[in-house]
Amino acid sequence: MMSTYYAGLLADVGILLLGALSVYIILATGQLSLGNAGFMGIGAYMTSYLTVIAGVPVTLALVVAAVASGAIGVVVGFPALRLKGIYLAMATLGFGEMVRSFFLNLGAMGGSEGFHGMHHISLGYIWTWAAAILLLIVILERSRVWLDMRAVRDDETAAGLVGLNATTIKVGAFGFGAAVAAISGGLFAHHHVYIEPGNFSFERSIDFVLAVILGGSTVGPGALVGAALLVMLPEYLRFLAEWRFAAFGALLVAMLLVRRQGLLDRAMFRVFALRRAA
Amino acid sequence: MSATGQVPLLALNQVSKEFGGIHALTDISLEVRPHEIVGVIGPNGAGKTTAFNVITGAYRASRGEVLLDGTPITAEPSHRIARAGIARTFQNIRLFADMTVWEHLLVAQPHSEFPLRRLLPMRWGSPQALRRAQEVLEFFDLGAVRDRLARSLPYGIQRKVEMARAVTARPKLLLLDEPVAGMNHDEADTIRKLMQKLRNTGLSILLIEHDMAFVMNLCDRLYVLDFGVMIASGLPAEIRANPAVLDAYLGAAA
Amino acid sequence: MLAQQLVNGLTLGAVYTLIALSFSLVMGILGVLNLAITELFMLGGYFGFTVIMAHLPLPLALVAGMAGAAIVAIVIEKLGYQPFRTAPVVTPMLSTLGFSIILQNVVTNLWGSDPLQLADEVLTQRYTLGGVSVSAMQLTVMGATIVLVAALAFVVQRTSMGRALRAVAENRDVARLLGVSASRVTLIAFMLSGALAGAAGVLIGLHYAAITPYIGVEIGLKAIAVMVIGGTTRIWGALIAGPLIGVLEVMTVAYGGSQVRDFVVYGFMILILLLRPQGLLGGSRSDQGQRV
Repeated sequence: MMSTYYAGLLADVGILLLGALSVYIILATGQLSLGNAGFMGIGAYMTSYLTVIAGVPVTLALVVAAVASGAIGVVVGFPALRLKGIYLAMATLGFGEMVRSFFLNLGAMGGSEGFHGMHHISLGYIWTWAAAILLLIVILERSRVWLDMRAVRDDETAAGLVGLNATTIKVGAFGFGAAVAAISGGLFAHHHVYIEPGNFSFERSIDFVLAVILGGSTVGPGALVGAALLVMLPEYLRFLAEWRFAAFGALLVAMLLVRRQGLLDRAMFRVFALRRAA
Repeated sequence: MSATGQVPLLALNQVSKEFGGIHALTDISLEVRPHEIVGVIGPNGAGKTTAFNVITGAYRASRGEVLLDGTPITAEPSHRIARAGIARTFQNIRLFADMTVWEHLLVAQPHSEFPLRRLLPMRWGSPQALRRAQEVLEFFDLGAVRDRLARSLPYGIQRKVEMARAVTARPKLLLLDEPVAGMNHDEADTIRKLMQKLRNTGLSILLIEHDMAFVMNLCDRLYVLDFGVMIASGLPAEIRANPAVLDAYLGAAA
Repeated sequence: MLAQQLVNGLTLGAVYTLIALSFSLVMGILGVLNLAITELFMLGGYFGFTVIMAHLPLPLALVAGMAGAAIVAIVIEKLGYQPFRTAPVVTPMLSTLGFSIILQNVVTNLWGSDPLQLADEVLTQRYTLGGVSVSAMQLTVMGATIVLVAALAFVVQRTSMGRALRAVAENRDVARLLGVSASRVTLIAFMLSGALAGAAGVLIGLHYAAITPYIGVEIGLKAIAVMVIGGTTRIWGALIAGPLIGVLEVMTVAYGGSQVRDFVVYGFMILILLLRPQGLLGGSRSDQGQRV
């Protein structure tokens, strides 16, 4: 029987995995979002409202929140089309902060005091969602849809010239990413059974980005490696303890320097595929 | 409408394009008929690439219209024009940095009519796409580099990949922007033969090129642009002897 | 009342101006968003506090904050920017993010995460000007800002180094052809931006008589909004946007509650990004004008 502490760690990995995947999905179209904690917060508060105040079962609440967050993601995605690179990053940063500020001000959900009352979900439940979504993405990566996304990321103009509608693809990615982040938030809320706006800050958005960049920014399982790394590594390197953030900062710089695509990349999977075919 | 009353494949009617005060194109009219290879030549900066950009929807014409099979496409977005049957390559090759040659041929395919098919792994969902990609791969003799990252290939092969990508969706018209720039005689000859092969499969080609020998050898008709204005058009032999054309080129060099 | 809030807003705005100038220098010259600036701001404050708590004079604290932050900025330039200068600008941005994470961790470990407080408030004399009460500290903050901005303006407009900065901001390649050493310019840009951020940190710390490792994210991040609103690549936009946002924020807190202030500030930033990306002070969209 797993210790509560260890179970908590694994729960964190699952929740961070989903957050990282939300960044990964949007990044697959060439857009870097520094504000996905905002969508996570929307998911957390919405599911909590639904289960605690409206008495909705948690699975349904998660689905509803994901759809709603996805719609908001689409709405955010449209103006985001106009911005590229650093400007998009700044705008998403602003969005994330606006959402946090919004919930700070939302007295009905506790404001700065936070919200509680959610019932606790099991580790198995969290990982059912996390594994299912990861699997979905791994399958989608082999589809035409993902190839289209990669084309838009690599060269938007050329993508248009082979008939791809970059607008639909980029906005759709925002929506999908927002939905996945919302599920991360809903699971977070029902695992920690208490949420406050500070849980969904810029630092959280950065955690997502860090997991993707370190674990592998060009393949879905990279998010899993990154999430596991960020949560579990400090446990095995106890001596680092209070210096673990600095270690991750240094790791980020080192990774950008030495292996920009992160730990996992497509070439690795190609090698496995070829080995199996041989 | 062309002289025979047939609707041309591509027609530009009095197309002008301005950027602020700069007149990049002024009253350009040209047409491309089915099964033709038409060349657009002229000194650097004459507006040839701008004309391509207007045709493919990257720029919107300030005045005039662009017609494909008689239907106006002047205001259409790029991706819809591509779907309607116009494909192009670029002066500075624009391949997808992170994709293999094979992936280029897959992504250039038209989408299946069932949107849900697009979510399935390509291995299962699109047998026709795989077949077509294989066909194009063999046509362009790219089998050996199928799984290589396109950007890691030599220049001449990259140009072939770009053309292969353009041709995959069976366009009606192919716009080639300096397809043999920087190539030696043998490489250019390979491309020339490919283009003739393509024309024989029913494709029309409109090309921009500086290599005079290449153009004279290959094109059915030529248009000459200078400072955004059409200064001559006709058969290669006529163009070669046209004093205005010589002036334009020599004037630019002087 | 209103005029009082105005003074408070201008004080906050002065700090915003300094940090926004810091962001803008690097953004305008290199096109990179240096996310470590928020922590250089914070670090400068800690350096300044160390000096104050050793009972050394205030100006020395300011110098210590500026110098300390500038030195760390140089380290970041060498390790975090130079290796990535040819990569797409998002990459060095992420690299500076890494450094900001490192810096915050280091400060938290060295000084603790609890607020560091000054034993007594500094410069508490108050003056009354036309019915409005201003503290000597507020005057110092605004005054120091004006002096620093004037110094920066002098450097940028009147020195050969300033000319080099402007040249690289306009066109890096041409500047190199003209003999400007891009790497030296980059170093100076980072150094100046570090000094400005450090100064802001000392001033805000003194103003509140307390400092935490989190002011970088709490206050510094909003300076990005100030930079955008003033005009990302026009550094002098910060002179207008800083006071504007400072006052806007203070007014929002006074009349709307402190919970909405970030919503308003970032909302304004996003509106500008979408509707007028060149910022308030930017010319027409295609007009680049003077970046630095």
